[in-house]
Amino acid sequence: MASARLTLDRRTEARSKGHLARAWSRLLRKKIALACMTAIAVLYISGVFSQVVAPYGYTDQNLSETRNPPSLKHPFGTDRGGRDMFTRILWGIQNTVIITVVSMATGGLVIGVSLGLISGYFGGRIDALINRVGEVFSAFPEVLLIIILAATLKPRLLVWVRWLEDNTFLDGLVRTGIQDYVAISLALVAFGWFGMARIVRGQVLVLRETQYVEAARALGASTPRILFHHLLPNSISIIMVVVSSGMGALVFAEIVLSFLGLGIQPPRPSLGRMLLEGGNIGTLQNEWWMLLFPGAVAWLIILAWTLLGDALVDVFNPRTR
Amino acid sequence: MWVYIARRLLWLPFLLFVISAITFALFRIVPGDPVTVMLGARYDEDVAERLRKSLDLDKPLVVQYSNYMWGVVRPELHTLHLREDSGTTIKVPFFRLDFGESFRFRGRPVGPLMRTKMWVSFQVNMAGMLVALSIGLPLGFWVAHRQGSWTDPAAVAIAVILASLPIMVTAPAIIWLGCLKLDLVPCSGWGGLFDSRMIVVAIAMGGPGVAGFVRLMRASTLDVMGQDFIRTARSKGLGEFAIDSRHVLKNAMIPIVTILAFSLSGMLTTSFVAERIFGIPGIGSFAIDSLFNRDYPVMMAMTIILSTVFVLSILAADVAYAYVDPRIRYDGGGRG
Repeated sequence: MASARLTLDRRTEARSKGHLARAWSRLLRKKIALACMTAIAVLYISGVFSQVVAPYGYTDQNLSETRNPPSLKHPFGTDRGGRDMFTRILWGIQNTVIITVVSMATGGLVIGVSLGLISGYFGGRIDALINRVGEVFSAFPEVLLIIILAATLKPRLLVWVRWLEDNTFLDGLVRTGIQDYVAISLALVAFGWFGMARIVRGQVLVLRETQYVEAARALGASTPRILFHHLLPNSISIIMVVVSSGMGALVFAEIVLSFLGLGIQPPRPSLGRMLLEGGNIGTLQNEWWMLLFPGAVAWLIILAWTLLGDALVDVFNPRTR
Repeated sequence: MWVYIARRLLWLPFLLFVISAITFALFRIVPGDPVTVMLGARYDEDVAERLRKSLDLDKPLVVQYSNYMWGVVRPELHTLHLREDSGTTIKVPFFRLDFGESFRFRGRPVGPLMRTKMWVSFQVNMAGMLVALSIGLPLGFWVAHRQGSWTDPAAVAIAVILASLPIMVTAPAIIWLGCLKLDLVPCSGWGGLFDSRMIVVAIAMGGPGVAGFVRLMRASTLDVMGQDFIRTARSKGLGEFAIDSRHVLKNAMIPIVTILAFSLSGMLTTSFVAERIFGIPGIGSFAIDSLFNRDYPVMMAMTIILSTVFVLSILAADVAYAYVDPRIRYDGGGRG
């Protein structure tokens, strides 16, 4: 009796350890993947909680300590206004994190995945429509798309936010710079959604011909059930790969935007803006830390996402394992 | 094949129509008035009104847009001077390509303003692409042949690490090394394609591309080397050099052809940043200045021209793809 029960337990355990759990344990065995995830976790958490982590305020000026090289008091040095670079980089990471996570969640996961599912599963006219719209977006050279969107949406959003301040209980919205965040995120959503949609569509085109989807349809499963219970879980692995490698591209795009002066506006710190200031020839000559540290952080974030994406491809793809 | 190309070419005007309409609308939803930007803080209301009228800004959006587009696509006979000095000219019918007048530089048409900037940016982009290809492809091909030795994983690792370095870091680093430390070249500025400063620009621009092409070419070469026909070639006694040059290299280049067109877009992003860092008077700096000064005609012209170039280069890549790989057929039923 006891032994029968034991085998039963073991069987349920074996079944419950699904595709994703196995992939996860495989991922944990990869040292590079582990290092990447740690780096991402550390950078993102310290960025999100920069208010707690940062030793100073990002606008705190100390004019007796301008242009100080890295020291114990200021680990990453200070800039020309005597502001602590470590603090400013943390806040810069926060802005990058907020914008890229928001635009990946909305553009990639919500819009991209659902449109990909829809166009792959239904095919026909709706598929053609989604593809044509995507084609328009991808015919824009990407840099023009994001700078034009960011530059034109921002003033319009500012008007709306001002209206909100005047007509509702919400106050001080303009000072939080919310219009910047929304405009940049929208620009990045426009830049990123179709890549995800196209790949999910390709996966769904394959999956919808499989026998289990056919069986589900024969058993009378509703369309949402097929989409979200059968097609979506089986596309998760490819979605994760696209998210991971797409985040690197989004982070780079955000940095390009703020580098060109169209991103988060000063006095709020942004990595792109810091790179612009640090890359100045006069600054390079004397204050190397102003380029080195923001540059290293930007590089680390992009590198970690790229390597994690590569590792995920290895983990999910049984052929190369 | 011809049917496919024709269909794609017929789709092109529609695509450009949508792109230009979206861009036009985006610039018009921006609150505020370009006229007030042009005239400064203090201006006469009469003058503003006259300016608005002359720029068509008082008309409805649809009229503005169709006037603008008619100016661009209206057929016209262009006079081409065959030689600068002699009087021999030929007339060629083409689109009028009148992109209107710049808002910022009063009285100057956008077309000629853009032409010099585009030529500069074209040189910068091509130099970067040349560096990326001429280093990346041979390196990737070579690395693929060293599978199993330490060079292969090392090269891949270095490629990934370099590819993640943003251009905003590499370009100043190259300036720091080449100009401040070694004093080899002037630090910034533009002197044309054959200027010593161009070397620095080309290396900075090509850097990310090198890493990308090494990875691509390596993967593509490995893929070909595992194919049956390579084993056949080897078993019939062909030398390694003949196999490499005649079979592997040719087939490994096929996927690269399609990537080339798409990497143009990424290269353009890089050049927008590089132009800012190196102080190159190309379209990158021009675009940013025009955006901040609400010089919409310039941005419209830039979007239309660059999208056309981009879409055409993707089409060219597709055609080249079918040309170099006889297995690919675009005609025969299904949609392209």
